[in-house]
Amino acid sequence: MTQERSLVQIALFAALIAALGLIPPLALGFGVPITAQSLGIMLCGTVLGARRGGLAALLFIALVALGLPLLSGGRGGLGLFVSPTVGFLIGFPVAAFVTGYVMERLANLQAVLAAGVAAVVGGVFVLYAFGIVGMSVALDKTLVEAALLVTAFIPGDLVKAALAALITAAVYRARPDSVLSRA
Amino acid sequence: MISLTSPVKTRAHDWPAGAKLGALCVASVVLFMTPYLGFQLAAAACVLTLYALPGQIFFRHGLQRLRPLWFFVLVIFTWHLVTGAALQGAMIACRMLTAVALANLVTMTTTLAAMMAVVRALLRPLARFGVNLRAIELATAMVIRFTPVLTEKGAALSMAWRARARRRPGWRVIVPFMVLALDDADNVAQALRARGGTEMERKQ
Repeated sequence: MTQERSLVQIALFAALIAALGLIPPLALGFGVPITAQSLGIMLCGTVLGARRGGLAALLFIALVALGLPLLSGGRGGLGLFVSPTVGFLIGFPVAAFVTGYVMERLANLQAVLAAGVAAVVGGVFVLYAFGIVGMSVALDKTLVEAALLVTAFIPGDLVKAALAALITAAVYRARPDSVLSRA
Repeated sequence: MISLTSPVKTRAHDWPAGAKLGALCVASVVLFMTPYLGFQLAAAACVLTLYALPGQIFFRHGLQRLRPLWFFVLVIFTWHLVTGAALQGAMIACRMLTAVALANLVTMTTTLAAMMAVVRALLRPLARFGVNLRAIELATAMVIRFTPVLTEKGAALSMAWRARARRRPGWRVIVPFMVLALDDADNVAQALRARGGTEMERKQ
């Protein structure tokens, strides 16, 4: 593994998170359109592993902070870092890191199962923990009240975690050497 | 790629980016530490004036960028009407709008190059601890270059899907998309290595 390869993979996955937010929403099984951005965060972890996946997500939010419109819907800039959804944004790198970490720990499990567990732990639990704290600060609510405000979105993200598992397994079949969390 | 800097030139475009960011930090902390409706309304009026000064286009564009927040304003108001603390709700909603508007103002009046210069200055001390600044700059440039490339490839995959199926592209289209990105990464990494890699600065 060369240093260049790691660097390029981090950069390309940061671009991939952005691209997943910019391409037209994909239809889920039951016709609900989703933006695939948080799916991108999970995939960073399950494919690149903890360190590189976390760095890719970190690079992504750093560029959003600098003013590039990379978030879904062409949003970006410093305003997002004081808005009620700030926790989710700051949680992106941690979520990707934890997803990758869990994925690496579960090396003995089948790829699809390991990725599913990792995506739920990192991409849902960890991400929502950050999201809820951020919302409670920005809107001056208790943690329980803030949690109530976001529960509606949890089922959708659980579906995304399942999709992340299927996608990771398929990518692993296609390019076993490139899935660094397993290499 | 288009950045979110406003094309309407304002005087604030020429102010040093570091000073603007510092002032923004202080202002945000003050906003969040002063939970009084009167103060928040005054602050909102000040920010509104700042938006109005460069003219109508800037003003309208700036307000447009607050649109995703109206959902939260609605939620907060309903919540506080139900709990019977409408004034507190007004304070929280007002504070949120002012804080975001102020931060957007800095983004709108600071070019990407100026922001990068601040980041570079902040990261420089880390170089001593072995952080490869050139690698970070290279990665940044690659993200900016590859986001439109990957978006285009993703759109092409979606179109290919549509040519074959009647339904909208589903999640399966992401698999070839990821494989494409991984292959691209290998090719770019080889090209980068052939051109001196990330160590150029040290060899000079």
